[in-house]
Amino acid sequence: MISTKIDYLSGNIAIAEAALTVGLRFFAGYPITPSSDIFEYLAEKLPERGGYVIQFEDEIASIAAVIGASWTCNKAMTATSGPGFSLMVEGISIAVMTETPLVIGYIMRTGPATGVPTKTGQYDVLQAEYGFHGGLPIPVFSPSSPQEAYDLTIKAFNISEALRTPVVLLSDATLAGTYGKVVMRESTEIEILERRKLSRDNHYMYSSKDLVPPMPCIGEGLKLYVETLTHDERNIYVPTTEVQRRLVSRLYRKIIDNIGMITEYSLYKYGNNRCDLILISYGSSALSASVASKLLNERGYRTCLLKIKSLYPINEILLKNLTEEASKIFVVENNVGLYYREIRGVLKDKDVRNISIIDLHIIDPYEIIEEVLRNL
Amino acid sequence: MSIETYEETHPIDRYVRVDKLPTLWCPGCGNGIVMHSLLRAIDKKISLGKLHEDQLVFVGGIGCASRIAMYMNFDSIRTAHGRAIPLATAIKILRPEMKVIVVGGDGDLAGIGGNHLLHAMRRNTDLLVVLVNNFIYGMTGGQQSPMTPQGIYTTTTPRGNPEKPLNIMKLAYALGVSFAARGSVTHPYFLDEIFSRALDKRGFSLVEVLSICPEVFGRHIGFRRATELFIEFKKRIILKRKPSIEESDYDWDRGFVIGIYIDREDKESLSDTYKNSS
Amino acid sequence: MSDNSILSRDVSIRRRVHVISDRCKECGLCIIVCPRKVLILGETRNGKGFRYPIIKNMYECIFCKLCEYICPELALYVS
Repeated sequence: MISTKIDYLSGNIAIAEAALTVGLRFFAGYPITPSSDIFEYLAEKLPERGGYVIQFEDEIASIAAVIGASWTCNKAMTATSGPGFSLMVEGISIAVMTETPLVIGYIMRTGPATGVPTKTGQYDVLQAEYGFHGGLPIPVFSPSSPQEAYDLTIKAFNISEALRTPVVLLSDATLAGTYGKVVMRESTEIEILERRKLSRDNHYMYSSKDLVPPMPCIGEGLKLYVETLTHDERNIYVPTTEVQRRLVSRLYRKIIDNIGMITEYSLYKYGNNRCDLILISYGSSALSASVASKLLNERGYRTCLLKIKSLYPINEILLKNLTEEASKIFVVENNVGLYYREIRGVLKDKDVRNISIIDLHIIDPYEIIEEVLRNL
Repeated sequence: MSIETYEETHPIDRYVRVDKLPTLWCPGCGNGIVMHSLLRAIDKKISLGKLHEDQLVFVGGIGCASRIAMYMNFDSIRTAHGRAIPLATAIKILRPEMKVIVVGGDGDLAGIGGNHLLHAMRRNTDLLVVLVNNFIYGMTGGQQSPMTPQGIYTTTTPRGNPEKPLNIMKLAYALGVSFAARGSVTHPYFLDEIFSRALDKRGFSLVEVLSICPEVFGRHIGFRRATELFIEFKKRIILKRKPSIEESDYDWDRGFVIGIYIDREDKESLSDTYKNSS
Repeated sequence: MSDNSILSRDVSIRRRVHVISDRCKECGLCIIVCPRKVLILGETRNGKGFRYPIIKNMYECIFCKLCEYICPELALYVS
């Protein structure tokens, strides 16, 4: 018998519950609105399950601590908002280079700078992917409802373990406080992926054809060597072009070649056979976009909604296929038009328009409709 | 009569990643002396059965001194500049049976990492922090560090350092750590004693080792050879077994007092705190 | 006193300072810390071009091991 628990949770609590389901053991954080309630919820629940929740002196310490925790072969997570993420980016670069599995909850607030801590925005969608130095891809997931927050958190942990990479779970202040029905599962009933561990039998060298090398744990006598400088397969610093090319191309292909495992999206056709107009959206803006699509359909425009749940890496083939028949594509987001640039770059031959509506709470669907009609 | 010998290995080699030797340090660098002393102390503990090889993990940041952590033939982790301490804290919490040792320089641990050092001391985290103080940012060419003595030439204070250095012993005293000692590379026997004592302690153990940087620091203040810097520096070291905290301020002309400043048994450490609360 | 010196002469033949010449970087610290001036700078250069120390007079050695402890490169040990 499948035991499911149905509860009424907010976006943030759903993230915390999913982390508990998947076996989180260490949370290091610094209080920052609107992500603090993930921290506080876990501070009550995680120690009961044998985990640790510690408040560090700043976000820089938090990201360093979760990297250390991950190397003891435990699942680790931190959560922050815009100003905090800006402090964490050096640590994320370190996690990418050392291939450390990690999940970073990024609950966006109105920006830039301090902005409005308690209100929403999607200003940081590009920073979530490109914020750290080094220019390599990391997966970024974006839920738009508490149920999706629960499911995508589990997926984020699985991807981070399977591909040995930091993963950003991008939410926003509105979703953080939005309550909804969430079907929760027991950890024995869902697929939970664990990193491939290095045992005493394996030497600490891996084949360059192996995109994701096995990972040693601290304290098992493996004399592990974690190096943040450019390294070869033995993790030794070798500053030659040949080694750098091998390393960077492997780290790049590790994510890009596994795009099938990462991609998550939903296409809502609302009964249309073909879509004339497509609204592309993510996060809390997708909720507004779905209402706008329905209203547009009522007014006679054959509109579909493409809700992207894995913002990065961008699945270009899928995007091109899904938008092939559309005459116009609109990217709806709560910023000055950021993810729009990405979509426009991918769909070079299509007519892509920018519906960027700034709103502190959640975009008003009627404003979307106004903009869409103006652009037709 | 000269006896020329040709040897291959050193008795302490099994604790060192010999495939990475010779080290990248300059001739006469104090870092090698510190590493050697620490290894001797560890070796003694291992042979007495108090420590096991698999129990040790070294965490280093960026800088010449942090490289000590990477030459050790135990678990070695490197991380961003100044961020070794929070990483080590997480390891200690999740694996409390391990001995976690952080090695870094004065710039890495007390400069950019100063905040983390302060909070680790406040929590009395169970770490051994070896701060190799060569009074300069050596790897990048000789810039001022928070522990550069007043009046010394550095490339970013070419008219002499106008600032007073950070006194890490007084900071440790104010925050109430379990152990804080200052040693020097000019007195290797005493350094061995300090490490031996520090390895046994629970709670935060800070070992500040005054070190020489002949190629950068020494050359900038006029010493052309490591031996000249060593001799001049040794003149300024005053060894006292249990100095009082008032004597811990240092100055290039008045001298440096080395010794065990703090050695307490009664403090609760971070491991105790988190064991009790979960 | 003279008994002691005969003893030390016998012992010193079996115990001596070993130099791992390839690791030496000619810093000179071992030479200056020795309280009995047992080591001097040699003439031969090792693979990296550094001149490594040689033993001037093993009988003077009191086996304090200061040279071994002061060498930053693990290039010297006393047995």
